[in-house]
Amino acid sequence: MRVGAPVVATVLTLIVGSIFFAALGHDPLATLHAFFVAPLNSMNGLSEWLLKASPLILIACGLAVGFRANVWNIGAEGQLIIGAIAASGVGLFWPDPESMLLLPLMFLAGMAAGMAWAAIPAFLRARMNTNEILVTLMLTYVATLLLSWLVHGPWRDPAGFNYPQTALLPVGAMLEPFDYSYRLNPSVFITMVAVVAMWLFTDRSFLGYKMSVSGAAPLAARYAGFRESAAVWIGLLAGGAAAGVAGMAEAAGPLGQLSPQISPGYGFAAIIVAFVGRLNAFGIVLGGLLMSLLFLGGEGVQMTLGLPSALTRIFQGVLLFFLLAADFFIFYRLRRVREKA
Amino acid sequence: MIPRLELRNICKRYPGVVANDDISMSIQPGEIHAVLGENGAGKSTLMKIIYGAAQADSGEIYCDGNLIEAHNPAVSRALGIEMVYQHFALFESVSVVENIALCVRNASDLESLAARIGELSERYGMPIDPHRRVHDLSVGERQRVEIIRCLLQAPKLLILDEPTSVLTPQAVVKLFETLRQLAAEGCSILYISHKLDEVQELCDFATVLRNGKVTGTARPKETTSLELARMMVGSKLPEMHVSPPLPSEKPVLEVRGLSVTARSPFGTDLKDVSFNVHGGEIVGLAGVSGNGQAELVALLSGERTHDRNDAIRICGTAAARLGPDERRKLGVAFVPEERLGRGAVPPHTLWENAVLTAHRFGTVRNGLVDRQKAGAFAKSIIDKFKVKANGPQSTAQSLSGGNLQKFIVGREIALQPKLLLVAQPTWGVDVGASAFIRQTLVDMSRAGAAVLVVSEELDELFEICDRLLVICQGRVSAPLVRTATDREEVGLLMTGLNGNNAIASGSGEFALED
Amino acid sequence: MDLFVAIFTGTIIAATPLIFAALGELVVEKSGVLNLGIEGMMLMGAAFAFGAVVAGYSMPVAIIAGALAGAVTSLLFGVLALTFLTNQYAAGLALAIFGSGVSAFLGRGFGSAPIEALQRIHVPLLSDIPLIGPLFFHFDPMVYLALLMFVVISWFLYRTKSGLVLRTIGESPQTAHAIGYPVIKIRYMAVLFGGLMAGLAGAYLSVAYTPLWVENMTAGKGWIALALVVFATWRPLRVLLGAWLFGGMTILQLQGQALGLAVPSELLSALPYLATIIVLVIISQNRQMLALHFPASLAKPFRPAT
Repeated sequence: MRVGAPVVATVLTLIVGSIFFAALGHDPLATLHAFFVAPLNSMNGLSEWLLKASPLILIACGLAVGFRANVWNIGAEGQLIIGAIAASGVGLFWPDPESMLLLPLMFLAGMAAGMAWAAIPAFLRARMNTNEILVTLMLTYVATLLLSWLVHGPWRDPAGFNYPQTALLPVGAMLEPFDYSYRLNPSVFITMVAVVAMWLFTDRSFLGYKMSVSGAAPLAARYAGFRESAAVWIGLLAGGAAAGVAGMAEAAGPLGQLSPQISPGYGFAAIIVAFVGRLNAFGIVLGGLLMSLLFLGGEGVQMTLGLPSALTRIFQGVLLFFLLAADFFIFYRLRRVREKA
Repeated sequence: MIPRLELRNICKRYPGVVANDDISMSIQPGEIHAVLGENGAGKSTLMKIIYGAAQADSGEIYCDGNLIEAHNPAVSRALGIEMVYQHFALFESVSVVENIALCVRNASDLESLAARIGELSERYGMPIDPHRRVHDLSVGERQRVEIIRCLLQAPKLLILDEPTSVLTPQAVVKLFETLRQLAAEGCSILYISHKLDEVQELCDFATVLRNGKVTGTARPKETTSLELARMMVGSKLPEMHVSPPLPSEKPVLEVRGLSVTARSPFGTDLKDVSFNVHGGEIVGLAGVSGNGQAELVALLSGERTHDRNDAIRICGTAAARLGPDERRKLGVAFVPEERLGRGAVPPHTLWENAVLTAHRFGTVRNGLVDRQKAGAFAKSIIDKFKVKANGPQSTAQSLSGGNLQKFIVGREIALQPKLLLVAQPTWGVDVGASAFIRQTLVDMSRAGAAVLVVSEELDELFEICDRLLVICQGRVSAPLVRTATDREEVGLLMTGLNGNNAIASGSGEFALED
Repeated sequence: MDLFVAIFTGTIIAATPLIFAALGELVVEKSGVLNLGIEGMMLMGAAFAFGAVVAGYSMPVAIIAGALAGAVTSLLFGVLALTFLTNQYAAGLALAIFGSGVSAFLGRGFGSAPIEALQRIHVPLLSDIPLIGPLFFHFDPMVYLALLMFVVISWFLYRTKSGLVLRTIGESPQTAHAIGYPVIKIRYMAVLFGGLMAGLAGAYLSVAYTPLWVENMTAGKGWIALALVVFATWRPLRVLLGAWLFGGMTILQLQGQALGLAVPSELLSALPYLATIIVLVIISQNRQMLALHFPASLAKPFRPAT
């Protein structure tokens, strides 16, 4: 059952997609092929697929920890940006660009910054009773503006022809790709570790158990003496840490510098990934691969067929709609059928 | 005479249970007709079907000789059938007159409606201020609002679902006067209850239900309690064994001068509450709901803390600032009123729910949940307390209310508590399980534990408690020894009529310690 | 004095989309439903209204198109949240993402040129009174429509039986159902109304306020509207005051940029978002007041028992 809904939702999204393409005057099969198959036809395509899936999975793992406890961090995009800013700052301005410590320091800076940004809504919810949905979201706008200010102003590359971007990071501050023909780099290992850690935490640990009680029945959590504020802090900090690291990996990986295009909406898409993955570590891996394909396909049809990249967002929305609806049919209708039988 | 209402062969199934099985009955105009049965006998389902709030799977309903075809509450009201719910259908945030306006057709003008409410409330002896907000009203007043709301429609049939469960004995007397007056005016009354004495006092005719079936009909005024009880619960009446209490020398729970303001705008403030519970005894807290029980229970369980640490002492340790988990370490266990969502996590399995409070009992090691240990722990509770469930893997929400309650009671007792707090131990629990739970509480106390039972059922408290406390408007009375008091006295304290002179006959700490 | 007039009128105008969106959401939330997707519905409204103008339709038609687009979009949320009983947070988020995607898709044909904005009214005599005229009688019609909606909604919620029914459904749908009100139907109507209002808010942005099409042009105004409802503790008058407060904040920050303050423009632009957070924190401290006006069933799925 848990697997059923995402599969059904994916199939329905594909069907709606083909109808949509047909209505736009494109051959639906060819377009679907261009969207979902062509991107994976080459080594480079596979590398890009994993490269984009990695931050989505990483962030979704962090967010799901919170979602399980009914802590709604929807500002991972902002935490990612702040993580990228902090990591790039270390990479650009560390006195010794050759240092072996540079990458670990950037990693820590990105993680700490993401957590710090998430700590604001955590503090406000835990201590000041303030809704975290709105605060995390508002802080995303603030983060975006902060990034914009930095790359237009103080951190702009003086040799960059006035483009709003920083100088390239020094080589020692870059995550070196496995093979210079492709962009995939060791940050995927970080994601793998995160997936296992998330599984261990949510499925096996007592702390994870406490958080799931907080999410499923807040009064039962209070009855048992599990502190709601602990769930809020852990939930938000996990998301912030994951997003911050993802931001570091983007800046130090495929981009190599800080620019306003640091994220194509990974922070928001990761929310959908977490839901599609049923807030479960391995489900999230599959959800992340699917979402990454949506991003790649969107770029692909933009280049080959001249379709707008907004399609990616439409598909994301449709996928989530169908997932939610499929849940209803599977959980309620089937139960009814069984009741009658 | 054409019956006011006639039911023919009503059947209703829910998953796993037949709520109503081939029920037929009829009610004459002006008759007060009891539907008598234990919790879970199918009474409430039947009433919902009559009112149209639920649909029967098969069977027919006739009103004044006419078949009701498509049924719903609006149809009922058009026919003159009105219902007073057990848990009132009132909105807290709006005024009495607005609440009533919601149910009255063409109530365009609130002022004239308020005037009509005033008129009716005077005529039937149920004083109420139409402009007060419902959340400021006592439970008894809320019931009056419900009844007046029905009376405004000039009903031909009035359904009351367990109307006295929330009333003091004195308020019950008043309610009965109103109902007799109504019946004399020709209104039929369908009176649902599980209390024999009330049915015998009030009703002309009774239909008795058990396990969803009609097990007999009777004229209650001419039938003995024993016969009625037999019809209700079958041949075997559960028996309780209550031996004399063996109170410990020092109290296990001491509450001294506890005062707090309620957290929610709809709550009750506690005022200078003091009492003791000793090991080896059961103390009952009686009172009409909404008089501060919820606040007191949360303070005792640690779900809410208090700044003055020695306001609550558990086994001699000042504990008012401790959280629930720290109090559990001192030997507290707690069965809350809400089973689903507070005492248990609805979508979680029973083994997961066992970990909820029993995580100190080997089910958690090195920060990881030991699923096998937790499963074995849950299994032992299921076996020992005869919980009907498909093993530790079934979810809490799949259990019936009574079975889940047995599981929660079993889990809390497995914590081997020195102090057991229990709120509404047998609400909505069937007879067999109720008797079992009550006996378990008695046995616990006789084995040395201190037990505090909070209940709205006076019968229950009188059955198992050694001493009684009464809470009214946030004040707790001096203790009464059960054998030296009666319902009258407790009832008066519940209404707060005798104010602060709570030291009535046979009361006091010393009476017990002598 | 001119500066004062500019700030005053600017504030009123900047507040107008917030008033539409937040009042709409207020009605939705009063019925016990939380629709987080205002941003998506506003973007749809903005895209359709702008598209209608580009396609040569008249202003009123364009605005109605925007309102209807918002309503139709809200229906997607309604089906998920009310019929399919899904998590309302997730359904609202999906709507926000979906609306932003579809509006961006539609908007690629709009070009980047501004259109001629909605005309301001000119009342003979009144508009010409010095100071009073420009302050009160020289706005576009939608500014007045927003104020009219405030009056209508306040009257509806607190002076009509239908409003009473809506509020009580928000407190306890179970009870409302038990006494015979069609809870789901009424909630659908509330959601549609919320969508209509969000659509109007979006239309105002694209045909009167900016007036040009930019992807994601709402820039978080839908979320700010959501915050305003909390800030207002679910009361219409406070929504109005809150919207003006935020409108004023936006205008002051724009004036600050125009005056060339030494503060970078990005940081000034962040002020409304930071202000939203601060205001939310302040209002969250008053738990009693929040509890008193909070629709008790908010965001809880309701299925009538059978």
